[in-house]
Amino acid sequence: MGPHTDSAEEAALKLELRGITKRFGDLVANDDISLTVEPGEIHALLGENGAGKSTLMNVLYGLLQPDAGEILVDGKPIKIKGSNDAIAAGIGMVHQHFMLVPVFTVAENVMLGHEPARGGFLDHASADKLVREVSQRYNLPVEPDAVIEDLPIGVQQRVEIVKALTREVDLLILDEPTAVLTPQETDELLEVMRGLKAAGKSIVFITHKLREVKAVADRITVIRRGKTVGTAAPAAPESELAEMMVGRSVVLEVPKKEAPPGEVVLQVEQLIVADDRLHRAVDGVDLQVRAGEVLGIAGVQGNGQSELVESIMGLRPAQAGKVSLNGRDITGWKTREVLKAGVGYVPEDRSVDGLIKEFSIAENLVLDLYDRDPFGGNFSLNPKAIVESAKGRVQEFDIRTQSPEQPAGSLSGGNQQKVVIAREMSRPLKLFIAAQPTRGVDVGSIEFIHKRIIAEREIGTAVLMVSSELDEVVALADRIAVMYRGRVLAVVPPETPREKLGLLMAGVTEEEKS
Amino acid sequence: MTSATPEPEGTAPSPDKSPPHSEEGRPYWMVEVGKIGKHRREKTLWQRFKEELYADNSFTVSVLAVLLALAVGAVLMVLGNDTVRQQWAYFFYQPLKTLEMSWEFVAKAYTDMFKGAIVNPDTFNRWIWGMTTWQQVLRPISETLTNAAPLILTGLAVAIPFRAGLFNIGAQGQAIMGAIGAGTVGIALDLPAIINLPLAIIVGFLCGGLWGYLVGILKAKTGAHEVIVTIMLNYIAALFLGWYILRPAIKDPARTDAISKPVNESALLAKIFDPSLRVSLSIVLALLAAAAMAWLLNRGRFGFELRAVGHNPHAASTAGMKVGTTIAMTMALAGALAGLGGTTMVLGTATVLTDGVVGLIGFNGILVALLGRVKPWGVAAAGLLFGALQSGGQAMQTFAGVSNELVTVIQAMIVIFVAAPMLVKAIFRLRRSPSQAASAVLAKG
Repeated sequence: MGPHTDSAEEAALKLELRGITKRFGDLVANDDISLTVEPGEIHALLGENGAGKSTLMNVLYGLLQPDAGEILVDGKPIKIKGSNDAIAAGIGMVHQHFMLVPVFTVAENVMLGHEPARGGFLDHASADKLVREVSQRYNLPVEPDAVIEDLPIGVQQRVEIVKALTREVDLLILDEPTAVLTPQETDELLEVMRGLKAAGKSIVFITHKLREVKAVADRITVIRRGKTVGTAAPAAPESELAEMMVGRSVVLEVPKKEAPPGEVVLQVEQLIVADDRLHRAVDGVDLQVRAGEVLGIAGVQGNGQSELVESIMGLRPAQAGKVSLNGRDITGWKTREVLKAGVGYVPEDRSVDGLIKEFSIAENLVLDLYDRDPFGGNFSLNPKAIVESAKGRVQEFDIRTQSPEQPAGSLSGGNQQKVVIAREMSRPLKLFIAAQPTRGVDVGSIEFIHKRIIAEREIGTAVLMVSSELDEVVALADRIAVMYRGRVLAVVPPETPREKLGLLMAGVTEEEKS
Repeated sequence: MTSATPEPEGTAPSPDKSPPHSEEGRPYWMVEVGKIGKHRREKTLWQRFKEELYADNSFTVSVLAVLLALAVGAVLMVLGNDTVRQQWAYFFYQPLKTLEMSWEFVAKAYTDMFKGAIVNPDTFNRWIWGMTTWQQVLRPISETLTNAAPLILTGLAVAIPFRAGLFNIGAQGQAIMGAIGAGTVGIALDLPAIINLPLAIIVGFLCGGLWGYLVGILKAKTGAHEVIVTIMLNYIAALFLGWYILRPAIKDPARTDAISKPVNESALLAKIFDPSLRVSLSIVLALLAAAAMAWLLNRGRFGFELRAVGHNPHAASTAGMKVGTTIAMTMALAGALAGLGGTTMVLGTATVLTDGVVGLIGFNGILVALLGRVKPWGVAAAGLLFGALQSGGQAMQTFAGVSNELVTVIQAMIVIFVAAPMLVKAIFRLRRSPSQAASAVLAKG
């Protein structure tokens, strides 16, 4: 690991991909894709989930071999057979799912794979020094001695970037880096990207979020169904980018009728819930959700929203307080009973709580209905009915798959989420709870999911929606409850100015301001 | 995707190349669904069989693992026999003779194994000429089935919890408890066979089940790891059996060694071919159990819960399943199956309780489950194979003079090769299985 002595201009790397084609059996994931990343630019690769962005980057990073096409670095064609070749060529990658050892420190993770050693012993001191040096140089504050699992997601990601930078790479691939971040962390990351660009690094930024692309990219390449659709300048209007990405015009605003709210369906009174570390995550929450209205819970993630919802669902015990559904006390009910009482639940993390990836789509569609007519009885299941009903759901909810008997894990994120939503909406509901319903979901699917939520509201279901995306809450909710540190600070109408909502999310109330 | 015949991998036109909207105005991917469906139906079963035959699917890998293990066994045989090994010192003088001698020795051993496990052609010929009885012809297969029955049951006892994400090392202890339960009924009661036999079987089933439930409930309520608990319960069960058979009510007063009174005739599993052949109802019991488990996993409600918990307990509990109860009941079921395995030993073959009444069926069950890919019918097939190896090993020892221990080595090698499929794929340069490749295509971009 030598010192970084190159000047910014020299460090920059020009990358060209020419006619990259990658097939998986009959499926062409990348079809003759060409793209050029100029030295020192942030090049956004925009496309829906399943468009072939990650495949392209895995080809570039040597994790997959292309069937045709070539990769040129600074004009010279190179063969990349694995990540080591990529790193040697000056290309680093930060994966969507971090490749960090949770129980190791930052410095240990950074040196993993090329451990500096002195006389057979690991040289911790020089690893620490390297981390400090890189983090100072690129303004990426990380503490070398901190243990990864204690760090927030945003900082873990910073560690991944530091790790890539210590390999002296000149081009960084960031694969969906903002999917796991809070809005604040996202802004910080965008700042970091600008800093890296200023330091002469090129960045390939893979995303499907238009706002971020417009905020940071120099150039945008849009990919749809394995092909490049075109390039655009960041000044292009959002609707145009969205249209290129999805292939048709997208309605970003959700039309909804005025719906007079009915009687109270969900009533939460003075609820207190502890999180896994037994800290009080929900600290005396009062909420009411009425039939035919959407109550949006806004707030930065980790302010008790997850615990609140889990407690309503019977997945987490309430320490005090009361939850009632249509006037019936359901506090302490088992999850199965809550679901049976007419509650639909879309959990926050679909890959952990929402789906069984190894199960077929059809099986996932009956995951909480398998013991009901016509899918099954006390002893047996009726696979025929399960598959038949799945065919209908797949069509109705626009789940893009070859067959409902494919494993759910083979679907893209947006389609996986549609499976969860289809399942929860396929029975009569009194209350629909959706936690982060569109996290990690492409624009086309977001539009669809929003429409379904509004449709559910219009037939008189009470909807409780938790989202850390303020845009989403504002677009869908009839009333917005802002949560901060386990409490509901205020319940406000969606017309409330953004600044005021932002302040509330940061814990500043009117009284404190004055 | 217009051609009727399936194209070799990678050359078929891609679904992505079709126009975004078809004539009917349906979105492209809905059209694709129909076409792909047709494409699939056009591939006949035979074509798919041919495609899969030499590909890296689990069946081919398992078969090749068995062949590799037999090859390793052959090398060990040559090394283990003094005459043959010494001949190898003259390999460069008499290469042909050396190879011929080795080949003959190995071939004879494996032929004897086959004769002892499936059928002996000589016996068959003599039966044709009326020189021996049909019972003699069926004896090898009878031995194989007798050995296989308990292995299938303990194999299921390991495979079923595996599907729920639990590693049951305790089939041995559960089988012992089952043998104790069934044996006690058989020794103590002498009711009419129509009552006594089912009663003994049920008690054996329940005793094993209870022993398994103990593990499940500890896991569900306290989080105790099932591997640790089952290993410990194995010791407890084995030592309990040693103590139990010395009780005055159980011990055979006519014998000085640790052996129980014999099981009453009314509780013995009936012989299904002929009284002179050992094969009994136990193999029927084992195959019924495999069928029941196959039904349970594919069609049963509990099987659905079990698989859900095995793959993703978080999603299962979010969907309202009772994860703890499922774990406890799965272990109870596993224990009951192993208990049934022990039951077949005491009521079918041993007919007394001794220290080693269940042999090593619990541990061999782990191997059977792994070879059978933790699928019920796979376990049944693996159990039959292991049963055949064991009965063949006896014949090989008697006639070819190769130690029976070699069978243990072969069994272990099979499981090692099955557990390391990459090795088998590399040795035989297997093609990528079309079905496996298809499932590996991630829609994620």
